[in-house]
Amino acid sequence: MTTPTATGALLSAHDLHKTYGSTPALAGADFQIHAGEVVAVMGPSGSGKSTLLHCLAGIVPPDSGTVRYKDRDLSAMADAGRSALRRSEFGFVFQFGQLVPELTCTENVALPLRLVGVHRKEANARAREWLERLEVDDVHDHRPGQVSGGQGQRVAIARALVGNPGVIFADEPTGALDSLNGERVMELLTDAARDTRAAVVLVTHESRVAAYSDREVVVRDGKARDMAGVG
Amino acid sequence: MTGTRTPPRVRTGAAPPDGADGSRGGDGGGHGGGGSGGSRGSRGSRGSRGSGGGWLADLAMGARFAVGGGREGWTRTALTALGVGLGVAVLLLAASVPHMMAAREARSDARNTMGIDEMVPKSDRSALFADVSTQFRGDGVDGQVVRPEGAHPPVPPGLDALPANGEMAASPALRKLLESDEGELLRERLPYRITGTIADEGLTGPTELLFYAGDENLDDGPFTSAMRVDRFEEPAEAPPLQPELVILLIVICVVLLLPVAAFIAAAVRFGGERRDRRLAALRLVGADTRMTHRVAAGEAATGALLGLLVGGAVFLPMRQLIGVVESQRFTAFPTDVTPGAGFLALILLGVPACAVAVSLLALRGVVIEPLGVVRRSSPPRRRLWWRLVPTVVGLALLLPRLNGFDSVSTAATYQVAGGIVLVLVGVTAMLPWLVEAAVRRLRGGAVPFQLAVRRLQLDSGTAARAVSGITVAVAGAIALQMLFTSVEQDQTEDTGRSDRADLMVSTQYELGAPAQLSRKLAETKGVASTLDVTTGYVELTGKQAEAGGENIAVAGCTAITRIVRTDSCRNGDTFVVDLPAKRIGPDPVRAGSVVDLTGGDDGEGGKHRPDHWTVPEDAPTVRSRPSELGNFVPRVLATPGALSEKRLANGTTETYVTLDRDVPDAAEHVRNTAAAFDPTMYVSKLESQQASDEFTSIKRGLYLGAVGVLLLIGASMVVSTLEQLRERKRLLSVLVAFGTRRSTLAWSVLWQTAVPVLLGMALAAVTGLGLGVVLLRITEQPLSVDWRGLGGMTGLGGVLILLVTLVSMPVLWRLMRPDGLRTE
Amino acid sequence: MSISHTLLGLLESGPRHGYDLKRAFDERFGHDRPLHYGQVYSTMSRLLKNGLIEVDGVEAGGGPERKRYAITDAGVTDVAEWLARPEKPEPYLQSVLYTKVVLALLTERDAAELLDTQRAEHLRLMRDLTRRKKDGDLADQLICDHALFHLEADLRWLELTAARLDKLAKEVRR
Repeated sequence: MTTPTATGALLSAHDLHKTYGSTPALAGADFQIHAGEVVAVMGPSGSGKSTLLHCLAGIVPPDSGTVRYKDRDLSAMADAGRSALRRSEFGFVFQFGQLVPELTCTENVALPLRLVGVHRKEANARAREWLERLEVDDVHDHRPGQVSGGQGQRVAIARALVGNPGVIFADEPTGALDSLNGERVMELLTDAARDTRAAVVLVTHESRVAAYSDREVVVRDGKARDMAGVG
Repeated sequence: MTGTRTPPRVRTGAAPPDGADGSRGGDGGGHGGGGSGGSRGSRGSRGSRGSGGGWLADLAMGARFAVGGGREGWTRTALTALGVGLGVAVLLLAASVPHMMAAREARSDARNTMGIDEMVPKSDRSALFADVSTQFRGDGVDGQVVRPEGAHPPVPPGLDALPANGEMAASPALRKLLESDEGELLRERLPYRITGTIADEGLTGPTELLFYAGDENLDDGPFTSAMRVDRFEEPAEAPPLQPELVILLIVICVVLLLPVAAFIAAAVRFGGERRDRRLAALRLVGADTRMTHRVAAGEAATGALLGLLVGGAVFLPMRQLIGVVESQRFTAFPTDVTPGAGFLALILLGVPACAVAVSLLALRGVVIEPLGVVRRSSPPRRRLWWRLVPTVVGLALLLPRLNGFDSVSTAATYQVAGGIVLVLVGVTAMLPWLVEAAVRRLRGGAVPFQLAVRRLQLDSGTAARAVSGITVAVAGAIALQMLFTSVEQDQTEDTGRSDRADLMVSTQYELGAPAQLSRKLAETKGVASTLDVTTGYVELTGKQAEAGGENIAVAGCTAITRIVRTDSCRNGDTFVVDLPAKRIGPDPVRAGSVVDLTGGDDGEGGKHRPDHWTVPEDAPTVRSRPSELGNFVPRVLATPGALSEKRLANGTTETYVTLDRDVPDAAEHVRNTAAAFDPTMYVSKLESQQASDEFTSIKRGLYLGAVGVLLLIGASMVVSTLEQLRERKRLLSVLVAFGTRRSTLAWSVLWQTAVPVLLGMALAAVTGLGLGVVLLRITEQPLSVDWRGLGGMTGLGGVLILLVTLVSMPVLWRLMRPDGLRTE
Repeated sequence: MSISHTLLGLLESGPRHGYDLKRAFDERFGHDRPLHYGQVYSTMSRLLKNGLIEVDGVEAGGGPERKRYAITDAGVTDVAEWLARPEKPEPYLQSVLYTKVVLALLTERDAAELLDTQRAEHLRLMRDLTRRKKDGDLADQLICDHALFHLEADLRWLELTAARLDKLAKEVRR
């Protein structure tokens, strides 16, 4: 196992601090991830792992510290810039409630493409390809309410991958699934990410899910600890 | 006992985890105690008094949910109460109109002198009254000058005694006006010292401008308009309401009240989804479907009852406001604004009943299961046919009356009114179908549009219901506006001249006086030019004597060329007017006819010495033309050089005044000049608006009403939009996470409002135009479309869309923060 | 489980008699299997031989049970190495790990570090198993899954212990 360094990292964060109200969520967290790497972010609940993901993805700005993606400093960017970056460079999978209930599965997957201006027909076609790859093409014209949890999660992964992102942020992507479904979803996610050389930041509290990663980072008391160098 | 009523499984489910109820869990009504344990753990529903009236217990639990369920429950109830309250306030106001009108009318009758047509003998108890009403800056100022003829003259209501010579009693509003700087010009016209104030019982409304002035020069000679009066309170024979007006009133009521009903219905549904989840929790602990329905009914009734209180609280200050509103025509004293007992009872009972009915109807669409709320997966597609029934029946009622309208028949009036109401109700029923059908066909478009359309495809009912209220209001308003506009145009025959006269002062006076007045008017500030036309009645003589009398006018060439079509006119000319209408009987006056200028008798039964005049043989025959100088065209027009107006013994001189539009208050200066000359002289406005002033105020009222209704409906749309946004807090955060622009979501909110509103507006425009055409045909008015009004009304819809979107934005912005992603 | 490392660790907190050592061990780790005196003495003599402990003194009255043992520097290093070395993840590891945690706390070493090291080792193995499972047939998958679930249980225990270290430290040092 190699010890990652800040040099050559696709996405890196240094000394992140973030406080919600009076409770500190991050207190000097560091993080690096390389292209094609799957990194599990683990830690007890309330440890700040979701906050770390939000900061890394530029969803929330940290109070202090820097986040760099490629050669860009996210922490110095305005909201509009970060939004644009998320649209074009990042993909997201959450535990639940992420599919737009009134759009069909195809339209849900096509949404990120359409947000960056891809024409509807082409976006839908590419969405269908990903649905097929994630083995849920049979429900392409169903609405999210009409598909099972596992299918919905695959649709969500297809949506995260469809824009060919540099980093996929997955926050408990299997949290609402049973083991078999969860494993299949993890396999599909990690395989697809490795194929496309996308990095995956995988927030999970389940070790069997974390086992799909290349290395793990444990967040504890607002600090992130890279476990690759441990032991 | 309870055990027999509650299902067995209740007992297991009902044992609440918390201590206090635990010991009683077994014997309690179960669903109550369990409800608190299962749904929200509040103490609100602790009392599980299942013993006895189960129905009442369920309803009471609903009531407790309404007022007890924590902040969320309160918000929902408060919203409902506020919504219902606003609606109730409007209803109360509407229910007060009859009493308001009656009270005004009663006071107006009480001071009426006009209906007394018998000759009143001069006595100790009589007085002379002359109407000297005038206008000031568009507002009517009613006034009488009075001269008592004895020690016990009649005193109009609101006064203790008649004003003495040179003094006057004024209404508070007039007094205020006269004492202000604005009233300076009017003060000039009413040179009386204010010594009294007319009390409320002598006024129709708080802003009425009214005065009584004492003038000892008033006489009852032949040339005054003074009347001898020995009593008041002669109720005028109220003319039956014109059928057009009845139709108008009915349409206005429907147009304004239907949306209020729609709004109340929407208000009752506020927070419905959350309520459904609460009911599901009740089901989990063993309540059956009927119980949950009763609980929901109790909740709705509580909201509605609170709404009644709010409505009363809003209504009371609103009454005060009515008196202050700057519309002179419709002011009323707050005490006049009292809803009729019948209406009041109807509102007090009907609103809660409707609230309960609506929430139970809304529950039809969902199945409340113990484990959650299931929306009926594919709601039955809306059917068109029954929605068309009201429209079709309405049209069936209207069409037979298309070729005119028997204004005497009450049945016909009701038929037309009923038809209109049905067509408007039909619009309400049709809109949900239209929205659904239209949205189903919509495909593609940009992302915001797609999001909005897809959302509407899943549930268009909420939006459609709200919008249908607007649709009725706008459709009715458009139809009415067409009617008004047509009536207005009917009365405005444009002469196409820029120097058309603005005012007309008419005098029938001793000879010489008109010329004097005319000169004074011409010198008055703000007068551009004046034209005199003296008209007299003459008798034909000789062989033509049997033809009776004719009118001859003496006027300058400027006036003559306006009244008739002629190229040349010089002083000394005379013209014979060829009236287009065929005349039955002997030949009319023509060139060469000899007429008696005295007109035969002197008005007192005696004969004048005849004063013969021959219409010159060479007088050309000309055609009349439409002009502002009156519809009444004399048969012979003579220039002063041909005939001196002084020879017209019974001549009336009309002075037409063209104002200098750059001088402010020019009309008021003219009125002052005329009043100084003779207070009873009335200065008429020739502007076409005069006749339609009445319509203008109805129109303004309609506009205000429509705007009010739109705001009301807009408020309910805002509430449901916000509710929906809150429900999707998490989804919004997710969308933000993957980089969705705020503007994308804002546009989606806009489209979601815009699509139903635009459809509603289109439907309203079509219905309004159709109904307008029908109304015009029925009232036999020329067909014309007021495109500007149409645009204005539908434009209001656009404003509404923007308003709803804008008001929703802060919440959208707040919800788009990433907090929603945090599951911990 | 290494009894010699455990006893050595106990000695690190201060010199003790053999009898005290047995009591301390039983109290903390020997809930179901108390040590025999013989075990203690044979271990002590082996540690003496290896130079990891020394006899600190003999109390008056003589007898082998009166010897007081103390840890040597070599012994301290040995304990440190043992604590820092992750155990090979295998079923029923808790007793060793628990012993290690308690000893780390007793000797005021970083018990969290110990747990982190162990969890990293566990995850490494889980990763291997996951990979093997992916490429293997159904039988492989089932076998791997069995191991994975056990490892997962261990890992959860590690996490739980990590979350309760402060409390445990208080109890151990009481």
